[in-house]
Amino acid sequence: MRKQGKLTDLMSHVPNWVWLLISLVMGFMVWQLLADTPKTSIVFASPKEIVLAFIKEEKLHTIWTNIGISLFRVLAGFAIGFVVAIPIAFLMGWYKIFRNLVEPWIQFIRNIPPIAYIPLIIAGVGVGERAKVTVIFIATFLVMVVSIYQGVRNVDETLIKAAKILGANNRVIFLKVVVPASIPFILVGVRLGLAAALTTLVAAEMTGASSGLGMMVWSAGQYFDMPVVLLGIIIIGIIGLIFEEIVKFLERRLTGWQETHVA
Amino acid sequence: MAGNPCSMKVRAKVKIDNVKKVFAGRNGETVALNGVNFNIEENEFICVVGPSGCGKSTLLNIIAGLEEPTEGKVYVDDKEVKGTGAERGVVFQQYALFPWLTVRKNIEFGLKLKNLRQDEIDRITKRYLDMVDLKEFAESYPKELSGGMKQRVAIARAYAVNPKVLLMDEPFGALDAQSRTQLQSELLKTWEEERKTCFFITHDVDEAIILAQRVVIMSARPGRVKEVVDVDITYPRTQETKMTKKFLELKRYIWGNVYQEYLAVRK
Ligand SMILES: Nc1ncnc2c1ncn2[C@@H]1O[C@H](COP(=O)(O)OP(=O)(O)OP(=O)(O)O)[C@@H](O)[C@H]1O
Ligand SMILES: [Mg+2]
Repeated sequence: MRKQGKLTDLMSHVPNWVWLLISLVMGFMVWQLLADTPKTSIVFASPKEIVLAFIKEEKLHTIWTNIGISLFRVLAGFAIGFVVAIPIAFLMGWYKIFRNLVEPWIQFIRNIPPIAYIPLIIAGVGVGERAKVTVIFIATFLVMVVSIYQGVRNVDETLIKAAKILGANNRVIFLKVVVPASIPFILVGVRLGLAAALTTLVAAEMTGASSGLGMMVWSAGQYFDMPVVLLGIIIIGIIGLIFEEIVKFLERRLTGWQETHVA
Repeated sequence: MAGNPCSMKVRAKVKIDNVKKVFAGRNGETVALNGVNFNIEENEFICVVGPSGCGKSTLLNIIAGLEEPTEGKVYVDDKEVKGTGAERGVVFQQYALFPWLTVRKNIEFGLKLKNLRQDEIDRITKRYLDMVDLKEFAESYPKELSGGMKQRVAIARAYAVNPKVLLMDEPFGALDAQSRTQLQSELLKTWEEERKTCFFITHDVDEAIILAQRVVIMSARPGRVKEVVDVDITYPRTQETKMTKKFLELKRYIWGNVYQEYLAVRK
């Protein structure tokens, strides 16, 4: 028992980046092992093969085109979703009539995977960029509107009372209390929205596209070109991590005042 | 005053006239207040004690204009209360500071709504930061403050807009004993200087006596005024006042009175 105590004591002194390094090295070792085992080597191309695949795709410039087009779709869909979700969420939080009319529909639609509307969207706007952006817009909008609206509804009642007492009218209460109090929830919405955008993107691109990371993964899979499949998956993962870090940065900048963090 | 046939000897700052409040809930109606009558005189410090749930907060909210009475009226300076107004300030038990604003910005909040010039705002903010002794914390966020410091900010924020009446709902209820006595002393000192009309709710009989000129004892629900006790102890009062014979007599009397109501609640 004592020895274990000492060991955990020692471990707690190891800095975080060392842990990350150890974790990465272990991951690569397991990966290499899987690549060297005959049974799993069909699926797990070795790290080296993936680097080679990257160099090959890089030379053809296809990798950058695919990343660029996928990022464009994600960000465009997300941006439109955000711009539409903000006013609707605030209207729902602020006006009871609006909430009563709109909420049932949002609750209904948000449980349907956005991929299911793809045939509708293709019939409506064709198979081009607009179809992809539209799917991502719908997916991000639904996720964001729900979490932002919850934030607007949960504004501490005593803060609204305090503002009233200090002479605030409804406009001031909205701008100076409801909006700042909702910022943490808006950021939760952004985080969930970006994650939803990425998930939907890959699915949408797999159902028919001539470019993009989802398409790259899908078509390479058709030819059992596992290095490219894994390369695509890793790039998607890295994009997800970068999004996460950007949101964390915004949270530190915008919601440092919070006593406890939401979600 | 002309036109007022039944004017009293001292001018009432706040007149609570036969106030009744009924809440409609899921399991029927709750009569929170029933026929509450009393006046708060100009420059008076009044404390209200009574068992939990007897309608003290409800009464404060009605005076503040945050709730409407079911029956009866409240007047401030002979004008009927309709909604909130800058002449009535409130300090809540849960501090209710805006967590995204610094201490300074919290105090400025009400001042900015009055369309004052910035140098005027700065001057007033500085004065009340000094009053509550939080100059060094002007740029801190509420989460960086202790409970006592938060409540000092809330008091400064309420004072800054210069209300004629200050309503306080167990403002020290969440504090530890030491911060509580400290804030009591500070509030006493401020009141002795400014004599701002105060309506102060508390559970703590000691606190009520040390602060108030009159203590209003409320009965168990439905709340009404059971008795109003004059505290004839001269100001300035200090924590030592709590050891005097007069204080202890009053304490025994009020406490006994309130205790009967606690028992009534438990029945
Ligand atoms: N918004 C409301 N809706 C329904 N009932 C309410 C509401 N506010 C208060 N009540 C009821 O009115 C009664 C008085 O409540 P109030 O909060 O005024 O009591 P209080 O004297 O301040 O109690 P405490 O000392 O615990 O703070 C209680 O029975 C309470 O349940
Ligand atoms: Mg109360």
